[in-house]
Amino acid sequence: MSSPPGALEQELERLRAQNAQLQAELDAVRGVQAGAAPPVAAAAAAQEEPPAGAANGAACCRPVAAARDWDGLQHGLDKDQIARYSRQIILHSFGVQAQARLCRGSVLIVGAGGLGSPAALYLAAAGVGRVGIVDRDTVELSNIHRQVIHKEATVGMHKALSAAEACRALNSSIQVETHLEALTPANAVQLVRQYDVVVDASDNAPTRYLISDACCAAGRSLVSGAAIGTDGQLTVYCHGEDGPCYRCLFPEAPAAGNCARCVDAGVLGVVPGVIGTLQALEAVKLLSGVGDPLSRRLLVVDCAAGRFHSVKLRARSPNCVACGAAPSITTASLPSYDYAAFTGQAAANDAAPQPLQLIPREERITPAELQRRLASQPTAVLLDVRPAEQFNICHLPGAVHTPFKHFDRYVEAIQERLAAAAAGAAAAGQAAAPPAAEQQQQQDQQDQQNGSADGLQPQPPLYVVCRRGNDSQRAVARLRQLGISHAVDVVGGVEAWAREVDPSFPLY
Amino acid sequence: MELLFGNQKTVEADIPVSNGGQLTVAEAMAWARDNLLTERPELFMKGSSVRPGVLVLVNDTDWELCGELEAEVAEGDRVTFISTLHGG
Ligand SMILES: [Zn+2]
Repeated sequence: MSSPPGALEQELERLRAQNAQLQAELDAVRGVQAGAAPPVAAAAAAQEEPPAGAANGAACCRPVAAARDWDGLQHGLDKDQIARYSRQIILHSFGVQAQARLCRGSVLIVGAGGLGSPAALYLAAAGVGRVGIVDRDTVELSNIHRQVIHKEATVGMHKALSAAEACRALNSSIQVETHLEALTPANAVQLVRQYDVVVDASDNAPTRYLISDACCAAGRSLVSGAAIGTDGQLTVYCHGEDGPCYRCLFPEAPAAGNCARCVDAGVLGVVPGVIGTLQALEAVKLLSGVGDPLSRRLLVVDCAAGRFHSVKLRARSPNCVACGAAPSITTASLPSYDYAAFTGQAAANDAAPQPLQLIPREERITPAELQRRLASQPTAVLLDVRPAEQFNICHLPGAVHTPFKHFDRYVEAIQERLAAAAAGAAAAGQAAAPPAAEQQQQQDQQDQQNGSADGLQPQPPLYVVCRRGNDSQRAVARLRQLGISHAVDVVGGVEAWAREVDPSFPLY
Repeated sequence: MELLFGNQKTVEADIPVSNGGQLTVAEAMAWARDNLLTERPELFMKGSSVRPGVLVLVNDTDWELCGELEAEVAEGDRVTFISTLHGG
């Protein structure tokens, strides 16, 4: 039998969620404690005296119907909660029932980075009953300018643990759960299913597709935010009758090369702060039922221009493979879906790109070898092909800046530079004492390599360096195409130089 | 996206209409590629449509709601290209 199992399963899941929701509301109306405790235990707990500050259970398990001398609107909040959340409880458009729904609600935050930091803090502060945080990375010093939930003292700690610590410090009355592994196809649906709302605070395309698919399969609304440079985006997926999912908008993944990452492109710290804060806001709206969620709308934020702009999005696509009428990505099939193949990139995010192997290793040199050669070859020309922002931080003395992005524009200048160095060497050679033997030997080798049969002056040595040794290979390949065949690049780039030659060279 | 268009975020253009008919988004895109794009056309278009990961808007509305490539644009209309962000 192959009736659409995905559709049935989804419908079942939806009804279960609906049932749980109704049950919770019914419980609240009856004044019974919310949560999964069996009715007998709940009734027993309800007869106990209020636990005078000794509530050792989770926040959601506190007995709310204990004997007391005041009446409310059967909201289930206790005196402490009312005091803590009073400013939003007395808010006309929010109120005690909205707060009660928030306190009964749960949110899963995927990623404790730039977006997840403010999202987690605000959701914890607002009183969301249970906050789950997924992240497999550890805190690095270069994270903290934007990942403000972490501290200098938590560098090296698991991000999820560091974030949970900060949330608990802010609000000890809520439950904070940590998941110290990456979200994977194997664990995504069962993890997402444990929460009411999901916040996508991840930083890479494969994870974004995975989260969206898991939310479709589990029937959960998804608050999606992204930030890079000075730009941000925010929307709500998989919501309501006609809300689209990520795949409805982007059925085909962009090429890996078109995905800018914070580690390469940079990000102004406040920008993910703005977007992550707005994600918390959308999650609060979804849980409390207050306001209009940003479904079928995309908020586009241009922080440089100070412009917030919301645009209208398409409805759910009936043909969508994740949320359409007959989805092929279901709870059953999702665990075996290959997200790396679909997006052409691994879910690794702030990590360095894979080392490229374009130029054979034996034709490249180590930083130590570069240091030795630069010391012994006064005519050598060193090209640095990193972007200007990085070159301006720090570069080797005398390095010529020829960014790879517009490399061809610099080829003429490189040739002029080589000619000038060669002419300078020739003039110096006539006037000054003969060079050291070693240098002479190298110069001879160089002459042979250059095949100076055309009678031109020998080419001065040419070296190429970049951040990590990938773009430098591409630059050498390009130079070879253009007939400058003697260029040699440095394995590992300036990062390796900093590790192996000069520890005082700044890393970024 | 503006990096592909000489760092300009907004461009006002008079796009010539061929054979007196209605201009479509497809034609406007091709014109922008040929006349405004300053580098790497593969980051803007794929075939005759936009590359994956780019959202096209006509007057702030998803072009999917207006007929996609066939959506008609006229004097004063605004076509916007937004590339989806992944960072966080
Ligand atoms: Zn969909």
